[in-house]
Amino acid sequence: MLTVATTALELGLIYSLTVLALFLSYSMLNVCDLSTDGCFTLGATVGAVVAVSGHPYLSLPAAMAAGVCSGFVTALLQTKMGINSLLAGIIVNTGLYSVNVAVLDGSPLMNMNKTDTVFTAARDLLAGTPLAGWSDILVGAVAAALVILFLALFLNTKLGLAIRATGDNPDMVSSSSINPSFTTIIGLCVANAFTGLSGCLLGQMQKSVDVASIGQGVVTIALASLLIGATLLGRGPIALRALGMVLGAFLFRLVYAIALRLHMPAFMLKLVSSVIVVLALSIPYFKSQWPMLKRRLAHRSPAGKEVG
Amino acid sequence: MLDISHISKSFNPGTVNEKKALTDLSLHLEPGDFVTIIGSNGAGKSTLFNAIAGDFMADEGSIVLDGHDITFLPSHKRSKSIGRLFQDPMRGSAPHMTIEENLSMASGRGGWLSRITRADRAVFREKLALLDMGLEDRMRQPVGLLSGGQRQALTLLMATFCPPKLLLLDEHTAALDPATAEKVLEITRDVVDQHKITTLMVTHNMHQALELGNRTLMMDSGRIVLDVAGERRRSMTVNDLLDQFRQRAGKTLDNDRILLS
Repeated sequence: MLTVATTALELGLIYSLTVLALFLSYSMLNVCDLSTDGCFTLGATVGAVVAVSGHPYLSLPAAMAAGVCSGFVTALLQTKMGINSLLAGIIVNTGLYSVNVAVLDGSPLMNMNKTDTVFTAARDLLAGTPLAGWSDILVGAVAAALVILFLALFLNTKLGLAIRATGDNPDMVSSSSINPSFTTIIGLCVANAFTGLSGCLLGQMQKSVDVASIGQGVVTIALASLLIGATLLGRGPIALRALGMVLGAFLFRLVYAIALRLHMPAFMLKLVSSVIVVLALSIPYFKSQWPMLKRRLAHRSPAGKEVG
Repeated sequence: MLDISHISKSFNPGTVNEKKALTDLSLHLEPGDFVTIIGSNGAGKSTLFNAIAGDFMADEGSIVLDGHDITFLPSHKRSKSIGRLFQDPMRGSAPHMTIEENLSMASGRGGWLSRITRADRAVFREKLALLDMGLEDRMRQPVGLLSGGQRQALTLLMATFCPPKLLLLDEHTAALDPATAEKVLEITRDVVDQHKITTLMVTHNMHQALELGNRTLMMDSGRIVLDVAGERRRSMTVNDLLDQFRQRAGKTLDNDRILLS
């Protein structure tokens, strides 16, 4: 059981960076960024190539920079070229497949079995200390803590307020002499930097990158985690809500890991995450419809026909 | 202060739904003018405001504000010198952000990476206290919790935080109950007087149109059909105004919300 929780924590922490990215783009900026899958993979491929060339630490900023570029293109399509934001994400996502294979020099697969990564570096660093077995979790925890700290500071700066207001009331942003296109671009660039970092860390932890599968469905998984997190810690200061995102990612992974233990086949993960997202998004709707439904049911005549 | 020359705007040009919202409209405002605007439904009052604020570019003509040609300036750049309030109190502020966060965005204080400081809070508190609505003690509450009147008063404060050169009020008290409307109007008058802001105000209250400000415009079919100021305006009654409209526009004023009292 402990190994189940440990695995859930490892993966949860790494995926939580993508959840935090969506926390910025989806919860704050009110943009559902469907380029997330491709951007996650981009972070993984760029990170892998840089790590394989012998720079494990440099791979992290490189993956983030790649994420920024991807976010910039998505933002440009929707703010400067009049393309619907969902469509912009899908278009970039599709294009990124080719980019990702190109980054891996034409091959859809990359192996990092003998590569120095941030995870092997952490393992070497902690070897012989009581924390030796926890190095993977520590890497993820440090990354998540830094991102939470950044968001807690950033979203309370004037730029951060403007980004939040863009999602809340774009009219008001423009009448405060701030260009809503500018805030959307900055917001998506920052968010995708975290998505890229998330992909980079996952690739390095599992020591391989498969362009076709590593990022597939990540946006739905992250959204499911986000909605779980928002249910648990949806109010209060930004730092607390951001912590809720990490908690959501962990719980999602935990439930999934337990289901695997109970012999749910691994390929069910994506269906499970889809169902969670559907439930989390539809429950508020059904809640609002419930009083009406109750009245209609109460209004039925004894014969079972509706009155009126 | 404001010079609008021969602006026109058509919607859906070249189709059966073509609508000429503004037709060769010109208007000149002196600094400190407070102009009230009345007109029938679809006369082009809001379209005029949208054209001035930059929601769209006029098809023809030019708009000059305080010596600067703003004809082709995007709306977020114009909003540096133009403050604006809508009829809907929800449009001017972000509901999920706190009062102080909203004010911080409107205040223009500090750089992009600055945070709300103690000095900022002191200024916000002082300004909120002037509204006399108790908002100064609720600065960390989300704006969505405020009533319509409170939100409109807050929006007014935000729009005039850095006194704009021009203030556009589009029936900004119409959605409020009479007592609150009176209160918001009183705050409006104080702020405009204090900073000598040039103001354009659309109203459907004929009495208000004559009482407030120093000049009254009547609009119909995208044109200004009546423009009165000075002695002539002072001696006018609501009935005179309606008579004048009938003569100039060739029809009676058909605004379904008009208040004659």
